[in-house]
Amino acid sequence: MQLIECPWCGPREEVEFHYGGQAHVPYPDAPAEVSDEEWAHYVFFRDNTKGRFAERWCHSAGCRRWFNAVRDTTTYRFERVQRLDDPEPHATEPARARRSTAS
Amino acid sequence: MNPRTPGADLPEHPDFLWRDPEPKRSYDVVIVGGGGHGLATAHYLAKNHGITNVAVLEKGWLGGGNMARNTTIIRSNYLWDESSAIYEASLKLWEGLEEDLGYPILFSQRGVLNLAHTLQDVRDSVRRVEANKLNGVDAEWLEPDEVRKVCPIVNTSTDIRYPVLGATYQPRAGIAKHDYVAWGFARRAHEAGIDLIQDCEVTGFATEGNRVTGVQTTRGTIAAGTVALCAAGHTSVLTDMLGIRVPVQSHPLQALVSELLEPVHPTVVMSNAVHVYVSQAHKGELVMGAGVDSYNGYGQRGAFHVIERQMAAAVELFPVFARAHLLRTWAGIVDTSPDASPIVGRTPYDNVYLNCGWGTGGFKATPGVGWALAHTIAHGEPHANVAPFTLDRFVTGALVDEHGAAAVAH
Amino acid sequence: MTSPFRTAEGGRIDRGTTLEFTFDGQTHTGHPGDTLASALLASGRHQVATSVKLGRPRGIAAAWAEDPGGLVQIEEPFPEPMLLATTVELHDGLVAHGLPGQGRLAEISDSARYDAVHHHVDVLVVGAGPAGLTAALTAARSGARVALVDEQSEAGGSLLGGTDRLDDAPALEWVAAAVAELAGHPEVLHLQRTTAFGSYDDGFVLALERRTDHLGTAAPRHVSRQRVWRLRARSVVVATGAHERPVVFADNDRPGTMLAGAARTFLHRYGVLPGRQAVVFTTNDSAYDAALDLHRAGVAVEAVVDARPAGSPRREECERAGIRVLSGAVVTATQGVERVTHALVAPFVDGQVGAGSAIACDLLLVSGGWNPAVHLFSQARGRLRYDEALGAFLPAEELDRLSVTGAAAGVLDLAGCLADGQRVARAALTALAVAPPGEDRLPTAPEPVVPAAPLVLWRVPDTSGADGNTSFVDLQRDATVADIARAVGAGLRSIEHIKRYTTIGTAHDQGKTSGVLASGITAELLGVPVQATGTTTFRPPYTPVAFAALAGRDRGRLFDPERVTSLHDWHVAAGAVFEDVGQWKRPRHYPRPGEDMETAVLRECAAARTGVGILDGSTLGKIDVQGPDAAVLLDRLYTNMMSSLKVGSVRYGVMCGVDGMVIDDGTVLRLAEDRFLLLTTTGGAAKVLDWMEEWAQTEWPDLRVHCTSVTEQWNTFPVVGPRSRDVIGALFPQVDVANEAFPFMTWRDTALDGVPVRLARISFSGELAFEVYVNPWYGVAVWERLLEAGRPYGITPYGTETMHVLRAEKGYPIIGQDTDGTVTPHDLGMAWAVSKKKPDFVGKRSFARQANQDPLRKQLVGLLPVDRRTVLPEGSQIVELHPDGQLPPPPVPMLGHVTSSYRSAELARPFALALVKGGRSRIGDTVHVPVNGTLVPAEVTGSVLVDPEGARRDG
Repeated sequence: MQLIECPWCGPREEVEFHYGGQAHVPYPDAPAEVSDEEWAHYVFFRDNTKGRFAERWCHSAGCRRWFNAVRDTTTYRFERVQRLDDPEPHATEPARARRSTAS
Repeated sequence: MNPRTPGADLPEHPDFLWRDPEPKRSYDVVIVGGGGHGLATAHYLAKNHGITNVAVLEKGWLGGGNMARNTTIIRSNYLWDESSAIYEASLKLWEGLEEDLGYPILFSQRGVLNLAHTLQDVRDSVRRVEANKLNGVDAEWLEPDEVRKVCPIVNTSTDIRYPVLGATYQPRAGIAKHDYVAWGFARRAHEAGIDLIQDCEVTGFATEGNRVTGVQTTRGTIAAGTVALCAAGHTSVLTDMLGIRVPVQSHPLQALVSELLEPVHPTVVMSNAVHVYVSQAHKGELVMGAGVDSYNGYGQRGAFHVIERQMAAAVELFPVFARAHLLRTWAGIVDTSPDASPIVGRTPYDNVYLNCGWGTGGFKATPGVGWALAHTIAHGEPHANVAPFTLDRFVTGALVDEHGAAAVAH
Repeated sequence: MTSPFRTAEGGRIDRGTTLEFTFDGQTHTGHPGDTLASALLASGRHQVATSVKLGRPRGIAAAWAEDPGGLVQIEEPFPEPMLLATTVELHDGLVAHGLPGQGRLAEISDSARYDAVHHHVDVLVVGAGPAGLTAALTAARSGARVALVDEQSEAGGSLLGGTDRLDDAPALEWVAAAVAELAGHPEVLHLQRTTAFGSYDDGFVLALERRTDHLGTAAPRHVSRQRVWRLRARSVVVATGAHERPVVFADNDRPGTMLAGAARTFLHRYGVLPGRQAVVFTTNDSAYDAALDLHRAGVAVEAVVDARPAGSPRREECERAGIRVLSGAVVTATQGVERVTHALVAPFVDGQVGAGSAIACDLLLVSGGWNPAVHLFSQARGRLRYDEALGAFLPAEELDRLSVTGAAAGVLDLAGCLADGQRVARAALTALAVAPPGEDRLPTAPEPVVPAAPLVLWRVPDTSGADGNTSFVDLQRDATVADIARAVGAGLRSIEHIKRYTTIGTAHDQGKTSGVLASGITAELLGVPVQATGTTTFRPPYTPVAFAALAGRDRGRLFDPERVTSLHDWHVAAGAVFEDVGQWKRPRHYPRPGEDMETAVLRECAAARTGVGILDGSTLGKIDVQGPDAAVLLDRLYTNMMSSLKVGSVRYGVMCGVDGMVIDDGTVLRLAEDRFLLLTTTGGAAKVLDWMEEWAQTEWPDLRVHCTSVTEQWNTFPVVGPRSRDVIGALFPQVDVANEAFPFMTWRDTALDGVPVRLARISFSGELAFEVYVNPWYGVAVWERLLEAGRPYGITPYGTETMHVLRAEKGYPIIGQDTDGTVTPHDLGMAWAVSKKKPDFVGKRSFARQANQDPLRKQLVGLLPVDRRTVLPEGSQIVELHPDGQLPPPPVPMLGHVTSSYRSAELARPFALALVKGGRSRIGDTVHVPVNGTLVPAEVTGSVLVDPEGARRDG
């Protein structure tokens, strides 16, 4: 069980947190205008990085605030946590190879 | 099975299993992943289709991923037609597998109970039983007193937190010995002339247009006519190399065993509401699965509070387990998909086939998916049993959603 | 029985008190301070059990958790399967027997209590041996918050089994002083009988404290039997010592064969002679202490057999004592039946065994060196490296918050352990920015004799003719050198495959003595370095832990907290039968004497349809949404428009996931321009709040809106039926309850005797109805006033079952019952609740997908069994009409399933709701529902079966 640094409350036990998956997946600006495929990618497809991963967590049994984190999915170690209103740039994934599409 | 000394030995393994070949420079088919699915695919490629110029590439040791870490439950009582078809086809293969492989895989059809604890569980259970019957899958709904007859140690009293209101029962379900299964497939594949190459990690793919021409590995580049990805929790690592996006997420899933105990538990019991799934394996140890850890993880370990919760559930439902001892815990990496159904079939590359997203269903599907994937590779067309499980369904919305109504993982 | 092998004096046992116990049906005696193993040895008994596979006699081979031999079943005071005799503290009345392989669970439930404690410290020290005690003292002296846990009944570790001296006095005096000093530090928690069994991320260590087991039947009932300590340390110091390693030879499992250090422990700690006539077989200097100590205690030590050609500098010491030392020799085998009678000793030159001779003995001590107990380090993902000199695996790296010291780090001499413990503790303190103590003197240990280098010897070549088949690597699994050889011959190379092929390391001890041996022997057979073979993974727990201990208090009612409304006691008194809905206990119905559920529900339904009924709806989720952008958020999350809702009005709304599937529904009250009260389903309340907050915070942080759960802040009582207006009007005369003044889907605030009450015209039954909202502190009072006001009209409390019948008659779905995560609002026939004006809302885009256009999507419809009698079981599948009344062979195509099904007083027949493929286009058709082997015809109807015109809602 990890000790997770809530950017608002400080270090707290893992059981207080809720996992929110990949960070920085924006809701499409105009959903009606995206293709079925683009929409499917928004709804169902998330990166599944082995290694450093930018993801979302919520301190659901504490302050109930969401925050972003960079965590290594092989060691589970948190490298960084950031409030959503942190003006510092938020870490995102390194650029990926262009996705091909399902056929 | 012959009666054995209580807690005694398992059947002996054969004197020879497989050799450790150097990879050749080229194969007709390269299967990435030497777990159950990869090895079963290799076996059926040789057996059913006469395709033997095949390599199975394994980054670690054969059968060392989820195959070595699962709780070995085999059943086919899934809700939807598409799911019950593949799992029932698999169960039928399990029923003849010991003979096919010539290996004592200890397939024991001791039945599985899926307990219902709320009125909604009961509705969902009846729904699944009725669907199973119409699909030709053996299934029954049992009232609490009938549950007690099948498994007397289940706490069916009404004064527990979530009383048992009944259960679905699939008599043909059961368990098998996972290593024996993996090794049985591996030995047959080896005997057919297929190369099983361990300590061989895939590091990239050589492509030309819509085809993969070769697989780059820690043991050199291997040319491939067809590539099948059977890497379970590591699928995304491979598909990322190919630039294919696959909607799976890899999570730790923990399991545990007790010490060897005199027989107390004659069947397999699963409960979703009071999260337990437990059987007593051949030597006498209780084998249990815990819940999925919430976060993505490739670490093959999870958090202990998940185990503690599992123990609380186990003792709640099986009071006699109170002084059984936790002997060992471990974790695998489950690749979960958005609709809790697998993704099998074509990819944007003409000669690359995908097989992933099995979540907690991978072990029980082993022969079924091996058979279907071998067919798919041999014919270049998806086998009917895997045809519904396309990557495309996430675009059309034609999901096979086993979360909601079935609500029975593992 | 007597204890002929008890020494005349010495040992840390209370000789003044005699304990009686029973083993294998025989009565024995022992003393407080004994373990079951030491007491059995004192009585002369070595064999404890027979082996699992071969049925060979097995005895006590070590003195603590590494023992591969002495597995027992406890029968009294309470059955407990498979414990080691070496770790069971003796108490009066203990009844146990040896185990052939499988433990036995009690048939009665365990009434002992178990609990868990969270504890946070700066420094956690695991192990109270010399290194651990020193580390704990150093940390404590700095003022840091310290925990020291140790698995034994008392502190001292290896010192308990020896004759070491510190500061020119018995080392145990230093131990006692150290323990006393630690007790004086207020910030120190010192726990004995506490095994750290799991080491996880960020300094999280789990430890099991055995609090009352040693007290036997005298254990106080109010004290938990075992306690799990969830220790969170800023720094963990692992001082868990080392396990002695055996050497494998033919028939090395015969009782009387024991690790050399264990024999010292039995002698010094327990005052027991493990034999009368001993042979000591060693590859290193440590076993010479055992030979000399046993000799001094009166054991005839026939020979020290040292595999090293040059022997040991301690040879002279032995010879002075008259002990023969055979250097460059090995034990090749044992003789005997249930106990060793001879050791076969032979010269050993360049790996070759010469001609041997038998030496008579009843005790064969073995030492093949020491395996540092690196379990906790490895569990915390520390990498290990093989150390050629030690023949063992050692930590290969520094971990962030966890360090290893003493024998666990490969330091095997006392002075070294003391210094290392202090060094590691000071480093840990420095890393925590805690100043190490100034005064921190170490006791003085005598200069050790410089030892000769140990020989790494895994196995003695088998000259017995058994071909390795009796050379046991893992005694608990009956796995031998021959088994490893077979595995290697089968083509296996990975140590993980070897483990699985041979089952080595999979038994109760999880390979504590066998793991490194298996790596060594495998490497030898494969001709590769041991480092290349490696070791199998160390997994928690270090030693077995009872399920119940891990379950702790989370059993029975505490397994999952029960949520009840403020009226719960009233419901109980009214004879309610309860249903679990999520965590809530809800009254399902209120049977009167002699009523079954069906009768009760028909009565309750009739009351609500013809008179007035009242429901405790307080479990419905309630979310207070406030802020200038509250309406914007709701517009984005509900399928219909909420911003157009007028203050004082109520609107039904549906929420979908991004995939377009319905996730919840409920009513929304607009309390003010910037404030809404949302009602959710009982089971969905938490998820809906999570959902709203997630969107508001992560996607639309610009919205000025906050959501708060107020589920527990409001009781909700629907008062339902044609006479409900009379009841509400009577109790709240100040409210104009006329339809024009208080129309459907509006709310009003009022008060009852000064208590604020909110009334809303909401109906989940189709009847005229008022929901009454009140602070739960006044819930019972208001409920009772409503009953009083309703008495003239026969007001009838009803439960969830009646609520379901009433809503189903009206075709109102229950999310999660009539939907399953694959159902859209359109499928439910609720296109009217999906806004066509809003450019977007969550889920809208998914409606345009191909699968959503399928005319064969399942749709919610009604079903009327044609026989007017059968209540279709909920969950039943629906198939096409088969005119011959027979199902074709499987697979039979299915059209859908029955989601809700009840007997209706109003319709005077059973009815059902169902999801049916293309259901609305089938209205008027007859389908078949298989029920208990027969096909029940049912007519497909619209989903609204009662009052489809909605004439009743206004009374």
